[in-house]
Amino acid sequence: MDFLTLLQVLDTSVRLATPLLLACLAGLYSERSGVVDIGLEGKMLAAAFFSAAVAFYSGNAWVGLLAGVGASVALAIVHGLASITFRGNQLISGVAINFLAAGMTVLVAQSWFRQGGRTPPLQGDARFNPIELPFAIGPSDAAAADRPLSQLIAEAGPLQQFYSELISGHSSLVYLALLTVPFTWWLLFRTRFGLRLRAVGENPAAVDTAGVSVVWLRYAAVLLCGVLCGVAGAYLSSALQAGFVKDMTAGRGFIALAALIFAKWRPVYALGACLLFGLFQALELRPDIIENVIGLKVQVQLLGALPYILTVVILAGFVGKAIPPKASAQPYIKER
Amino acid sequence: MDKMPKWADIVLIPFISLFLAAFFSALVILAIGENPIAALKLMVDGALMRSAGWGYTLYYATNFIFTGLAVSVAFHARLFNIGGEGQAMLGGLGVALACLYIDWPHWSLAILGASVGAACFGALWALIPAYLQAKRGSHIVITTIMFNFIAAAILNYVLVELLRPVGAMDPASAKFPEAVHLPTFQDMFSTEGSKLFRGAPANVTFFLALLACLVVWVLIWKTRLGYEIRAFGESETAAKYAGISPVRITVIAMLISGALAGMMSVNTTMGESERLILNSTEGAGFIGIAVALMGRNHPFGVLLAAILFGFLYQGGAELALWTSIPRELIVVIQALVILFTGALDNMVREPLEKLFIAMRRRNA
Repeated sequence: MDFLTLLQVLDTSVRLATPLLLACLAGLYSERSGVVDIGLEGKMLAAAFFSAAVAFYSGNAWVGLLAGVGASVALAIVHGLASITFRGNQLISGVAINFLAAGMTVLVAQSWFRQGGRTPPLQGDARFNPIELPFAIGPSDAAAADRPLSQLIAEAGPLQQFYSELISGHSSLVYLALLTVPFTWWLLFRTRFGLRLRAVGENPAAVDTAGVSVVWLRYAAVLLCGVLCGVAGAYLSSALQAGFVKDMTAGRGFIALAALIFAKWRPVYALGACLLFGLFQALELRPDIIENVIGLKVQVQLLGALPYILTVVILAGFVGKAIPPKASAQPYIKER
Repeated sequence: MDKMPKWADIVLIPFISLFLAAFFSALVILAIGENPIAALKLMVDGALMRSAGWGYTLYYATNFIFTGLAVSVAFHARLFNIGGEGQAMLGGLGVALACLYIDWPHWSLAILGASVGAACFGALWALIPAYLQAKRGSHIVITTIMFNFIAAAILNYVLVELLRPVGAMDPASAKFPEAVHLPTFQDMFSTEGSKLFRGAPANVTFFLALLACLVVWVLIWKTRLGYEIRAFGESETAAKYAGISPVRITVIAMLISGALAGMMSVNTTMGESERLILNSTEGAGFIGIAVALMGRNHPFGVLLAAILFGFLYQGGAELALWTSIPRELIVVIQALVILFTGALDNMVREPLEKLFIAMRRRNA
């Protein structure tokens, strides 16, 4: 395998890792506050549809993003009501939200567009188009030289190839997702809000005793989770692909959940886990590459299942134990 | 404090939750520009007013009885088995292996053999998460979710690479031999003069499902093991004091749960498609959650809830056929049922409790 092929695989990995990363960080906020969220999938799916639909009508991907975030936050509020206000079972609420999104998106899509549960393809500004970083070789250079882009990149030096192929040419949401990692770390580990949010996931009674509202903190975490899932969904339908199709999240919310456990609920590790799982997904699309590299045919099904298998191994504690926040999934009942 | 009369807990709350779910479903139908009353009428006509409609309703209900029982047995031990889907998929594999590689003389023996195969494979798929929960403390919800995806990958691999007949294009096993054909309701109940249940997939497995309800009822309420499962579910510490081993109960409850989920595949794989196909479970494993919640974890409640969901499924298919409402309406209704009966239970329960307490005070 040559250097350029490697770069192409890594480039695809980054693209595929982005929705995982956003959803994983979303789950991180929620779970760190003690609210387990297996409804990441549903929130992403709802956001994917509403962002694509509104982007289609408005012709503006950013307006679409807002709508997607709105839809995701609405579901997050339902989850908050069920798990914080009414102290219900958070897992069951998550399951309900996944089904609600799976059904509603198709129902509304059929009612609005009559195309069998999809949106019309998005074009132009209705999508998040790739950003060309300065000094990178991109489509504009190819147009100026009147030669195919792949040829220009193939002729460039390795550093320029690395920069143009891997670093440059992603949509703005990819860079935003990457910036969310240090931001999340800073917010959780360097601010008072973050300290309290982590504390409420470990020992809500102590936070309550200190005079800080458990309910408010958990709602804040659940809403942050909703916003990030919204961005993840919008990225899926209006950056990674051009439009919404039925069930387009395809288990990504659960892979993100797996990545969250794999990362042991820490933001920087989450980046690593999501890039790894993104790489698996990229290799699933190019099984020939693994065959060339290790000379062995690897079943694509195995690659698809690898994130889940790894997570079970980690959960089983055979390779370093993953211990969730202590108050996970427990509703807080104030003593009277 | 004695809070509510038992009938309110068992009957009133599920009905209020169901009403809320139905109300919101009606709003959804209105919002997409259709008439909810007309939709309901169409569903009733298509699912309940013809014997063929009942044939489909009971076929779906059979699936949901098995998966609903599976979820409810685990719920009794306070374990949330969300992996019924994966267990049912592997159960299908057990059915297919039993039907393809053993020469059965008669369907009645074959259904027993296939049930054992399905139950073993389903139980095996629940065993690993159960063991990890009991011994290593890994949360069973997460592991069973992961196992659903792993099961899908395994099934995909087995069908594409191993069981697919040479030259066949679609990922499915060979057709089962004629000897394992299960009698359908049409075979059983049609007389010379009138054909009943024409073309409907409901088959003898429905009675197996009824039997499973009875067995689960006896197991949970009439046996020592059932008592231990319930005691463990009520309070783990109390159960430990009583000498009940948490590891043993966790593993046994999940084995039973997995076996029940796996047995669903007897209905779909042996009774309907008569070969193993890729998506034979069609989400029934998840519907089991809604069925168990609505049936209040009681086999009789599960039976009623399963028939209701069977009706919704068949009615939904009719809607998709005759109107522009897609089948996904059922998924929305299912979500609302899970939301109101499961997650938002306290929203209904707390005001009712207050009401009952207030009424009691006035009477006293």
